[in-house]
Amino acid sequence: MSQGQFLTPTKAARGLGSAKSGTAHHIRLRVAALALLVLVPLALYAIISISSAGFDGARAWVAQPLHATLLILTAGVVSYHMRLGMQVIIEDYIAKTGMRTTLLILNTFATIAMFIAVAMAVVQIWIAG
Amino acid sequence: MSGPQRAATRPLSPHLQIWRYHVTMLASITHRITGAALYFGTFLIAAWLVALAMSAETFAMMQGIITSLPGKVILYLWATAILYHLFNGIRHMMWDGPGIGFSPKVASNVSVVIYTLAIVGAAALMFVAGAF
Repeated sequence: MSQGQFLTPTKAARGLGSAKSGTAHHIRLRVAALALLVLVPLALYAIISISSAGFDGARAWVAQPLHATLLILTAGVVSYHMRLGMQVIIEDYIAKTGMRTTLLILNTFATIAMFIAVAMAVVQIWIAG
Repeated sequence: MSGPQRAATRPLSPHLQIWRYHVTMLASITHRITGAALYFGTFLIAAWLVALAMSAETFAMMQGIITSLPGKVILYLWATAILYHLFNGIRHMMWDGPGIGFSPKVASNVSVVIYTLAIVGAAALMFVAGAF
């Protein structure tokens, strides 16, 4: 504390970076990644099963309750991880406020739209049986 | 930029121009590049599932695109990207959590192993899927 005792807390913190929501973002990205450690291998198994089953076989595979549930769960976690990850890239490389804000909003819309599209597709196949 | 000056000790984003080449530097940048590529590739996977929900004709059309040569190349690159991002993500968690694998020698070797596993693993996945 030989150096810090004459500094106010504000002076000590100033210039050392943002003190907003970075830590929460960092943790959320990694919690989603933890879930994806399990869900991504399952998703790869799903893609291989669906792609080699033909149209009717693929629909029958997706229509099984466990498969449908895991597909929707995976789409949700993937969408969230995609949104948080792309947000970091946009914030790192796009300095102009207008373009940055536009891309951040588009990122939010696109990833949520992706989740809804997959969820609705799975629900449609599930209901049609 | 107005406001207080940033301290020179703050970490920088992985800008390509300022780093001298090293395999761990390449691994870090590859993690970001594969992440961005997966972002767009995953929309294609989503479109494929939506086609399955739409009709047999739409699904057949999508299957035709995927099983064409350009489709297979994109699928192989997507598989390589997802395996790389998955394996390197596990490594990042080892770094962040228990702090394993930080020594330069181990970090460099693990980088090479991850590249190899991703490239070979993606080929194995394509083989299992019957793509070739």
